[in-house]
Amino acid sequence: MKRFADLLERLVLTPARNTKLAHLKDWIATEPDPDRGIGLAALTGELSFDAAKAGLIRTLAAERTDPVLFALSYDFVGDLAETVSLMWPAREGVNEAAPSLAAVARTLATTSRGELPGIVAAWLDTLDASSRFALLKLITGGMRVGVSARLVKVALAERYGIDVAEIEEAWPAVAPPYTALFDWLEGRGPQPRGVDAPVFRPPMLANPLDEAELAEFDPREFRAEWKWDGIRVQCVATRTGAKLWSRGGEEIGHAFPEIVEAMEGLEAVLDGELLVLREGVVAPFSDLQQRLNRKAPGAKLMREHPAHVRLYDMLFEGTGDIRGLGFDARRERLETWLAREAPARMDLSPLVPFSSWEELAAIRAGAREAGIEGLMLKRADSPYVAGRPKGPWFKWKRDPLTLDAVLMYAQRGHGKRSSFYSDYTFGVWRGEELVPVGKAYSGFTDKELAWLDRWIRNNTIGRFGPVREVEKALVLEVAFDAAQRSSRHRSGVALRFPRISRIRTDKPAAEADRIEAVLALLDPAGR
Amino acid sequence: MPPHPETWLKVTEAGLYCEPGGFFIDPLRPVDRAVITHGHSDHARPGHRAVLATAETLAIMTRRLGEGRAGESQQALGYAEALDIGGVRVTLRPAGHVLGSAQVVLEWQGARAVVSGDYKTRRDPTCATFEPVPCDVFVTEATFGLPVFRHPPAEEEIARLLASLRVFPERTHVVGAYALGKTQRVLALLREAGYDAPIYVHGALTPMNEVYASFGITLGDLRPATVANREALAGAVVIGPPGAIQDRWARRLSDPVVALASGWMRVRQRAKSRGVELPLVISDHADWDELNATLDAVAAPEVWVTHGAEDALIHAAGLRGIRGRALHLVGRGDEDEAVAEAPSVAGSAPDGAREATEEPP
Ligand SMILES: [Zn+2]
Ligand SMILES: [Zn+2]
Repeated sequence: MKRFADLLERLVLTPARNTKLAHLKDWIATEPDPDRGIGLAALTGELSFDAAKAGLIRTLAAERTDPVLFALSYDFVGDLAETVSLMWPAREGVNEAAPSLAAVARTLATTSRGELPGIVAAWLDTLDASSRFALLKLITGGMRVGVSARLVKVALAERYGIDVAEIEEAWPAVAPPYTALFDWLEGRGPQPRGVDAPVFRPPMLANPLDEAELAEFDPREFRAEWKWDGIRVQCVATRTGAKLWSRGGEEIGHAFPEIVEAMEGLEAVLDGELLVLREGVVAPFSDLQQRLNRKAPGAKLMREHPAHVRLYDMLFEGTGDIRGLGFDARRERLETWLAREAPARMDLSPLVPFSSWEELAAIRAGAREAGIEGLMLKRADSPYVAGRPKGPWFKWKRDPLTLDAVLMYAQRGHGKRSSFYSDYTFGVWRGEELVPVGKAYSGFTDKELAWLDRWIRNNTIGRFGPVREVEKALVLEVAFDAAQRSSRHRSGVALRFPRISRIRTDKPAAEADRIEAVLALLDPAGR
Repeated sequence: MPPHPETWLKVTEAGLYCEPGGFFIDPLRPVDRAVITHGHSDHARPGHRAVLATAETLAIMTRRLGEGRAGESQQALGYAEALDIGGVRVTLRPAGHVLGSAQVVLEWQGARAVVSGDYKTRRDPTCATFEPVPCDVFVTEATFGLPVFRHPPAEEEIARLLASLRVFPERTHVVGAYALGKTQRVLALLREAGYDAPIYVHGALTPMNEVYASFGITLGDLRPATVANREALAGAVVIGPPGAIQDRWARRLSDPVVALASGWMRVRQRAKSRGVELPLVISDHADWDELNATLDAVAAPEVWVTHGAEDALIHAAGLRGIRGRALHLVGRGDEDEAVAEAPSVAGSAPDGAREATEEPP
């Protein structure tokens, strides 16, 4: 447990991907089985224990700590597992050996809900603070250390000097603690193979367009598409099953069962945008967000927020790999395939015709619909290459809009921000009152975050659970992509992807923007 | 019946004021007569007429604030001496916080109050160890007044730094530490642990190192970090003020491991948010257990909390029948172990932003 706690600690404190990889490779090289595989599965969220939940930790905290001191500590630290791990009181005379990671995982998986509190409390008594943190994170899930399944696969590939695609092929056929996988990688056994498994293929990514470069390009050599405001997904359907992957190689089919169902019986690897679509109209991103937040959506949510995939590329048709073909050729195959198969919940992302860059710029400037983030430019002859090659694909985002708003409420963030007030609700003036128009939790530097956190703590005028109401005195310049009608906001409008672009300590709150200014920015479709 | 300290030790806008003695303790603004607990900038401010403190604190103040700004007249008082000021008996007892730091013991007409300033009770090779003084009112800080703050032994944290140097022998280990107290303690602990290689020091830390040396606290082979070349610093320890560990100065170094010595490093999200890869939980302030043990040791029926997490400490004191009072002293803070620094945002400096404890580079 201690070694896993050390690994977790290092991963938490290492922002750099390469250093994370180095720590993972070291773990793979030195940790004995089965803790090695169990640890990797814990990091990527493959382990989940039904009987052990956050409520258990609260119960234990209530039994072993003073409620006032616990509340004050939790308020400061912001993360439940970390609070309890730090303040867990030592118990005299405990000198049992700390449990191994595998023993903990086995016990968590097999013990009943009623027996668990006593067992976990006894473990906590034997562990040091960082091991307590690791244990509690294991129980609540969500390590949030920036280690995805994909990163683990890359670490394995680098450690054993093989292509990561080989790991991807083997992955569906193994499970924690991955004994068969390590047997193969260390020459003791054959490669585990899921027969024709629906595995993830790294997608091709675009670079931001530098508009100055545009003049050097020939518009006839490029195709334009709308850049949809959803999330990039890969639909993989084979004879053995169907899976929906995120751009980073995380499986997200559980949250979108209707898409997985629509893929049944198909045989293809498709690249597209996951959206919420109602009667052909793309819903605001916040609607999709609600689906993404749910591990398993209820019937009502699925009915009211129907998911849809808008396709723009094809990697495999049947079992045939067509990634080597040019964009135009793949597109033709995709169109023909779509017309023939006519799958539910999928359609084609249309090309945007243009003959000059000026014309395309005007089209981009005129697009204010909710579902559009800008344009994609793709070279007509570009093969499908994993990663972010320089040159063939560009994203050309819309210019952001800005607004001077007043900070109204603040809430603590998650993960590395959990001890800071980093989620901000801001509003604009309607007559004499401020009405909230959005929430932002990005755009600021760490220094600005520290400053904002302190400002909020010093200017709190009310508390509602985790939310603090603040003095209406701080103006924030907010950048956003679009304004949309919203019945969920008292102001009647919602902003798309708002982020803090500047802290305007130079501007009095009374001079912040008014609601009329926001209404003037509503996109035509939502007006 | 001796007079209750609240009748003669008052909280004013300038800070704690001893009425019969006619002096302030760690006043916020220039006053006629000041007793100073220690040299950190939130306690030792410029412009007083007469200043009473330990010789070490006077030397630190003079070096930090400049000749003539650390009191028009200075009077040194040793830890074993006593002084009568307007009928108030004043003694200074070690606070264990930084070199020269003192608790101010005030006795008047049979009542005794102790103003402890900032303190810690564990061993520190660079300053005298805290001594509890039984009293009627104990005035305490509560910087780390939450049960999540339990500092491990500083020697263990230094061992982690040395272990990291073994694992990453090519990487420069940049340790953030405040100029007064923390730096010298980290250096002394490294030397105690047998690390005798040259240690490279940011220019902002040199003046305080020199003051410590003048009081006989030697810290081994120290070299300026600014002139040393990149190669010499590979695998070396470089120590600098906390504000410098993420700036261009640190980025010039060879693939640095960023460490920070601070009690706040106990909370890993705090460490992460500051980009610290190797948090070293080393503090000059008492942790939760030290605070509570001290309240028991001084056995005062009443405790006044100057700043920090006063709610929790007062609650814990109340559970043991000790009356607590929050003084909410302004201008006091965790300045020597600051959480947030003034950001570089548009417009004016934020309210309440104070100058940092370090010397200007
Ligand atoms: Zn201090
Ligand atoms: Zn202080």
